[in-house]
Amino acid sequence: MNSAEFFHMGGYALYVWGSYGITFVVLTLNVVLALGYEREVLRGLLRTAQRNRSRA
Amino acid sequence: MWVWLHRFGSPKYFYNVSGRILPWVGGVTALLILAGLYLGLFASPADYQQRDSVRIMYIHVPSAWNSMFIYLLMAAAAAIGLIWNIKIADIVAAVSAPIGASFTFITLVTGSLWGKPMWGTWWEWDARLTSELILLFLYLGYIALQSAFEDRRTAARASAVLAIVGAINVPIIYYSVQWWNTLHQPQSLGMGTSAIHPSMLWPLFLMAIGFKLLYVVILLIRTRAEVLERERNSAWVQELVQDMTGKPASDVARSNHEQR
Repeated sequence: MNSAEFFHMGGYALYVWGSYGITFVVLTLNVVLALGYEREVLRGLLRTAQRNRSRA
Repeated sequence: MWVWLHRFGSPKYFYNVSGRILPWVGGVTALLILAGLYLGLFASPADYQQRDSVRIMYIHVPSAWNSMFIYLLMAAAAAIGLIWNIKIADIVAAVSAPIGASFTFITLVTGSLWGKPMWGTWWEWDARLTSELILLFLYLGYIALQSAFEDRRTAARASAVLAIVGAINVPIIYYSVQWWNTLHQPQSLGMGTSAIHPSMLWPLFLMAIGFKLLYVVILLIRTRAEVLERERNSAWVQELVQDMTGKPASDVARSNHEQR
């Protein structure tokens, strides 16, 4: 199988690659947003800690 | 078992243990999905009837399994939180909903993209498709209900009831292809029996386990963050933050994954 045939998917390229593309986007977004939220929470905790320290 | 459950229910213990296993689960997940993609897209043959469109199965079916599995887990966690008042269970239920909704959305979209060339239609009000769409609405309703209350306990309690009642939809989805003889094909896999050739079964199997673990990975990341957020004033989180201070926040987020 050459690469042109592979991307052509026997004429079902739109459906096959569309499915894999949407799945990739949705799942990647899930991971990225989760990591972003974790970072945001940690940043918030550090900011509060630093504020408390400078006040003390 | 109970002692273990109780310990795991302690936010601090959960945070430490989950942090240690997360990189391993993440690595195994990536390997399984990459192997599944390779087999599914390159190494497996095209179906004799459906030809290359059959490759959609390797993401559609694992997503569909996940959409039901995550709902049942969410409902079970919500019930545990409701009955025994365990914080971690409430958090697991709450953070599972958007992940489950994502897999349900993927199931519906890939099913539609598969249905168009095979059935000649994007959508049909078939029992399987309709009950899966209701599952998406149950997830969305649960998320909306969660965010409708200021108080977390009230939100958890109200949405738990919805999650538990909605669980009746899952067996309906599962058995819909047997109860109603409509467009969606019946399942090809059973206990010990299979109508699928091994060359197609392997990528399906790898992707199914990979997607399950991917759910675990996203669940752990979100639950850990939520635990920190909700326990922000507790002694152990204060201690954790003490250890971190001095470093910029972005480094902390990274080292947190690596060290624990």
